[in-house]
Amino acid sequence: MNTLPAKTPHRIFSFARIWAISGNTLLELVRLKVFYFLLIFALLIIGSAGFTEILNMPFQNQFQILEDVSLGAMSIFTILLATLATANMLPKDVEDRTLYTLLAKPVPRFEYLMGKLLGMFLLLLVSTLIMSAMFIAALYAKYHSVASATIQQYSHAPDLPSILKDLDAHAFPVGLVPCIIAIYIKVLLLATLTLLISTFSSSYIFTVFISFTCYFIGSIEGMARDYMLTQNPGQGVRLFVLLVSLVFPDLRLFDLVDDTVAGNYIATALFLKTVGLGFAYVFVYSLVAYVIFSFKEL
Amino acid sequence: MKKQHFIALLIVILFGTAKLNFEQRLSEANRAAFFHGAKLDLSLRQQIGQAGFLAALGGFRSVVADFLWIEGHIAWEQTRWGRMALLFNDATTLQPRNLMFWDISAWQLGWNASIAALNDVHQPDKARRIETQHQYWKAAEDVYLRGIQNNPDYYYLYEMLADLYRDKFQDHLKAFEYYDKAARFPNAPIYEKRMAAYQLSYVPDREKEAYGLLLKYFNMGEKEHLPELLTRLQYLENKLNVPASQRVQLTPEDLQELKNLPNRENISPAQGGGNPDKKP
Repeated sequence: MNTLPAKTPHRIFSFARIWAISGNTLLELVRLKVFYFLLIFALLIIGSAGFTEILNMPFQNQFQILEDVSLGAMSIFTILLATLATANMLPKDVEDRTLYTLLAKPVPRFEYLMGKLLGMFLLLLVSTLIMSAMFIAALYAKYHSVASATIQQYSHAPDLPSILKDLDAHAFPVGLVPCIIAIYIKVLLLATLTLLISTFSSSYIFTVFISFTCYFIGSIEGMARDYMLTQNPGQGVRLFVLLVSLVFPDLRLFDLVDDTVAGNYIATALFLKTVGLGFAYVFVYSLVAYVIFSFKEL
Repeated sequence: MKKQHFIALLIVILFGTAKLNFEQRLSEANRAAFFHGAKLDLSLRQQIGQAGFLAALGGFRSVVADFLWIEGHIAWEQTRWGRMALLFNDATTLQPRNLMFWDISAWQLGWNASIAALNDVHQPDKARRIETQHQYWKAAEDVYLRGIQNNPDYYYLYEMLADLYRDKFQDHLKAFEYYDKAARFPNAPIYEKRMAAYQLSYVPDREKEAYGLLLKYFNMGEKEHLPELLTRLQYLENKLNVPASQRVQLTPEDLQELKNLPNRENISPAQGGGNPDKKP
């Protein structure tokens, strides 16, 4: 009598396998104590909230600086995390021999890559959510302190309701949530780009260097394109800008924070197009990473 | 070139070709929605330094602008007007959609710095002090005009510029024009149209037009019977020699309001004659 469990046929694609790899990737990254940066983030937002109060600035300035510093810090930390941690994923697996053990099993290379990327996306999601929660808590704390001071100061003023309405508008601008989502989409794109670079890169340093270079090129690409279209430069410059625009992502499109904090509002259709573009980049860069990785001699 | 590299490059170029047009259209839509309007040029690079400029280019424009704004705020506390003006100018260049940056920059120049220049104890020549005061008004005007150029979709800076023309330049025609522009915005407070009419009433040869406007507002109901409006109406009726039978009929409450006011005749608000009733 056969006591062995029934053999399940091997499937070409298994989400369970991808999930297992991504879970392990997340665990590995958490063990690297990457979340310590959250302490610095907390100090930054508390510091900026207190600093503006000491300077005795108008409340509009205080909220704006708190929002700018918090969202800026959120952006910097997630960019660093996405680039540095992703650049280390493949070299570390090669060094630990985990990659060989995994690929010796019936795990297709694209599942391995997807698992790694998904683990990174989860880490970025957790980080963004924690930072957003801390930021919103800081905003609420600031709002309550400013609101109670305002009510005390203007208790007899007939325009107190309009002052409080203005305070609400500055404390919680409508565009904050789309801004945070745009930051997240941007770092997903960067993480995927870094993974793509690491599939053909020879070292960790090279991957990090090239990723940051791509980030800077992507940040100014839109300006270069505007220049090309408005100033009508020579053929050589036009060709160069065109090539850069073909290869690199226009990261400026994901920078919604600066203008939203200043009072701009992004329309839903425009925001959805930006999100769609971000996911298109993630898909294409993942595909290219897979093409290179699938042929790579390990 | 290896096979995989060729395929990878092909995918990147194909996607690049497809996304280029989309990105350009998205970029234009962003600009139409007043996103990414900051002009980061070499003169700004000289003023904010390499690190600041790189940070601004790298997507941290608003943070750099805030730091400059804080520095400018400190310069104001130390009454270093020139440094304050420079720093505020950089902050507004980096954050052109921030109305408060424009407004406070212009207000500091047009009101605080100009008064400080007029009362400058280190400058014995009064003519020079007055000249400097006027230069600060012009600087404030320039800030408001640039602010309007970057924020043409909101009434606020039009109103603030009109205040500057009214209170400092005492140019009632320009004040009227900008209050009138502010009043045309659908979300503008309703006092803008009254402010425009008040200013027009001070402009020679436009009194008839101003009278027509003020009369229209007066006839809109008692909510519009504000002291300034009643005063200007009475002044214009006298000036235009409106027959007694055609003059506005004031209610006892209106007359009481007028009794409580000092005789201001044709004194402009800047001279203490007007009490702009910015009541919504």
